Amino acid sequence: MNDVASSPHLRLEMLSQARLLSAARSMVGNFAQRLGFNEVECGQISLAVDEALCNIINHGYEKRDDGRIWLNVWGLEGERPGIRVMIEDVARQVEPDQIKSRDLDDVRPGGLGVFIIHEIMDEVKYDKREQGGMRLTMVKYLSSDSRPSSSSNETRHEESSHSGKGNTDHA
Amino acid sequence: MHDADQIEVQTETRGDAVIVRPIGDIDLSRAPHLREQLSEALREAEARLVINLDDVPYMDSSGVATLVETMQMCRKSGKKLVLCQLQDRVRSIFEIARLDMVFTIVETTDEAINAG
Repeated sequence: MNDVASSPHLRLEMLSQARLLSAARSMVGNFAQRLGFNEVECGQISLAVDEALCNIINHGYEKRDDGRIWLNVWGLEGERPGIRVMIEDVARQVEPDQIKSRDLDDVRPGGLGVFIIHEIMDEVKYDKREQGGMRLTMVKYLSSDSRPSSSSNETRHEESSHSGKGNTDHA
Repeated sequence: MHDADQIEVQTETRGDAVIVRPIGDIDLSRAPHLREQLSEALREAEARLVINLDDVPYMDSSGVATLVETMQMCRKSGKKLVLCQLQDRVRSIFEIARLDMVFTIVETTDEAINAG
């Protein structure tokens, strides 16, 4: 059920506009809370999504405000429960191995987004979409520090596998 | 600038310090407006700029970049920048970006005014 080839539990299509970031991160943060992540983790997962969207707006679409972005979210169950987020766009393509964080010893404004995403999420993978644009898939697993909520099972779905790397078409 | 891109900022002068208190989330949308507000406050501050973040529940790296830029402007003008009253979620991004040791961060506004 949680293979990314299956329909996401949540899906948001948005324009590449910074004023829409708060709605996107609220959606993901609220869902993460229902999955059992604690308050700080929910904030961090929201932050990782926010940083990914900022990078698409600033670099992918080069601040154009009419670009399309698709945000897909799955709740993961089974042996390693957690959350999977997949963000797709039709923006400028770059080689995945060129997407790197900068040296933090160089204290200057900007360039922290990729580093923050890797620090927060357990799995981070960039791909070039065949239809054009980029795909970012991120996974964060529940840890022993997470406080499972009693209602989290309501939002979870049966999972046969959460290791798939399928595609979701938007084009 | 769209209304959603503006952030409310309260400003107070105490001695040689200007205390700036942004209210609301600071993200890519609002960081440019905050940058303008901080630049103006820095011009008015004689020796110290205090940023009280008690009413900022969320900040992303755009907000952090704005504060790094402000810190650099403070250094150039020989003024001190102190951050205070960070909420846990906001403190978290400074720790993740390993900037918690770069900024002077204290608990209260009074400490911020007196911090060496």
